[in-house]
Amino acid sequence: MDLDALRYAPTHEWAKLDGDIVTVGITQFAVEQLTEPTFLDLPKVGKVLKLGEEAGVIESVKSTSGVNAPVAGEVVEVNTKLIDDPATKRKADLSLVNNDPFGEGWMFKVKVAPGTTLDSLLSKADYEKQIAGH
Amino acid sequence: MANLRTALYDAHVAQHARMVPFAGWDMPVQYASIIEEHKAVRSAVGMFDVSHMARFSFGGTDAAALLEKVFTNSVATMKEMQVRYGLVCNADGGTLDDVIVYRWPYGYAMVANGSNHDKILAWLKQHATGDVQITDETPSTVMLAVQGPKAIDAVAGLFPDDVSKLKYFFALPTRYHDRGCVVSRTGYTGEDGFEITVPNELGVALWDAMLARGVKPCGLGSRDTLRLEAAMPLYGHELTEKIDPLQAGLDWAVKLNKDFIGRDALKSASEAAGHRPKRVGLLLEGKRAARQECVLLADESTPVGVVTSGSFVPWLDQSIAMGYVAPRHAAPGTPLLVDIRGTHVPAAVVPLPFYSRKK
Repeated sequence: MDLDALRYAPTHEWAKLDGDIVTVGITQFAVEQLTEPTFLDLPKVGKVLKLGEEAGVIESVKSTSGVNAPVAGEVVEVNTKLIDDPATKRKADLSLVNNDPFGEGWMFKVKVAPGTTLDSLLSKADYEKQIAGH
Repeated sequence: MANLRTALYDAHVAQHARMVPFAGWDMPVQYASIIEEHKAVRSAVGMFDVSHMARFSFGGTDAAALLEKVFTNSVATMKEMQVRYGLVCNADGGTLDDVIVYRWPYGYAMVANGSNHDKILAWLKQHATGDVQITDETPSTVMLAVQGPKAIDAVAGLFPDDVSKLKYFFALPTRYHDRGCVVSRTGYTGEDGFEITVPNELGVALWDAMLARGVKPCGLGSRDTLRLEAAMPLYGHELTEKIDPLQAGLDWAVKLNKDFIGRDALKSASEAAGHRPKRVGLLLEGKRAARQECVLLADESTPVGVVTSGSFVPWLDQSIAMGYVAPRHAAPGTPLLVDIRGTHVPAAVVPLPFYSRKK
């Protein structure tokens, strides 16, 4: 994943635009602050998210954080590896978020309105400036 | 103002600790993994730098009288080398801190919470009369907690005295690299273990010796989950100036038949125990964690209490919490709901502790 191609929310989500689909996850910094995830709640496919709305929740033994929508739009896909599948009894693998938050640990995809840009989000340099000193 | 650093600061950084501000100190919250650190202490042995804890020593002929006055547990009945847990209360019975007191042949010592260092030192000085010398040993010493079923092996041969003979909640002044040190059979994890206090200059030597014996460095993160499983109260959560020790279920550490600050208030409180919120353990359905200040409900619309600590804990592999509820909802088996960010998660009151080691 080219981290320079991503945009960042001040609340530690990353967003990547491909056509009219934005992929969302949380940053390495967020994972480090949280420590290993123990629970993740993701939005349902079809849910329409408002900008900045709490789309999901991630928890560790230490703390609980909201995962906020860095863009507005409809959820078209969630990373099913991160949630339990009762049908096959496959358990959620949250180590993907812990070990590869910018890749395999992506969380959900949102379909955005035509012409949407991510310009209102932070560049990598600006995000790094925000988290510097922590 | 910059945070204080323990003599082990560089050693933590060398072990890739993530350092966080805590009680005015820069402390390691974790090295690689809170979950792995927690499991190491339950199954083998881990070590915690607890040098941020406040350490005071007391000399003089009136030291015992001072401690008897500020400590809810009995000092007079302590044997030499014994260590005793108790509370420091204000006149209203509210908890100023939970502490342990050591009785030496030549005086006394106290370990208090790091976050309460200044408050407790001021309180001690305020109530000291006659011949009492109080020395703050915190800045000049390192305190290392070595905890877990293999703690005995980890410290074997380290000191000229055989500390494996120490009984639980007893301590021994001994020597390390020819300097005076203290080893106590105490801890805050629910496991067997030792807390070792050495001069700052020997802190790194002790740390390296433990590392060489395979003792896993553990941070404040696992210290918190371990003490939660063992249902030990944490100041600022289960204990505050608004909560007294009887509500917290610490009656065993409060001796109402001796005189101490807060006794009269606690005596009245003990007679009203049937009407006051009480500390309980909770087992939640699912993996979501309850956190401090989550509201507890008897049904969808009836709040009956509040959570003080909670987490999904690594060893029990369950979501557990402690909190305070009205007495009629405090019996084990009582179903409750926990409001976690607007979602009502079913929970049940369970007996404390959640975890206790096999002895």
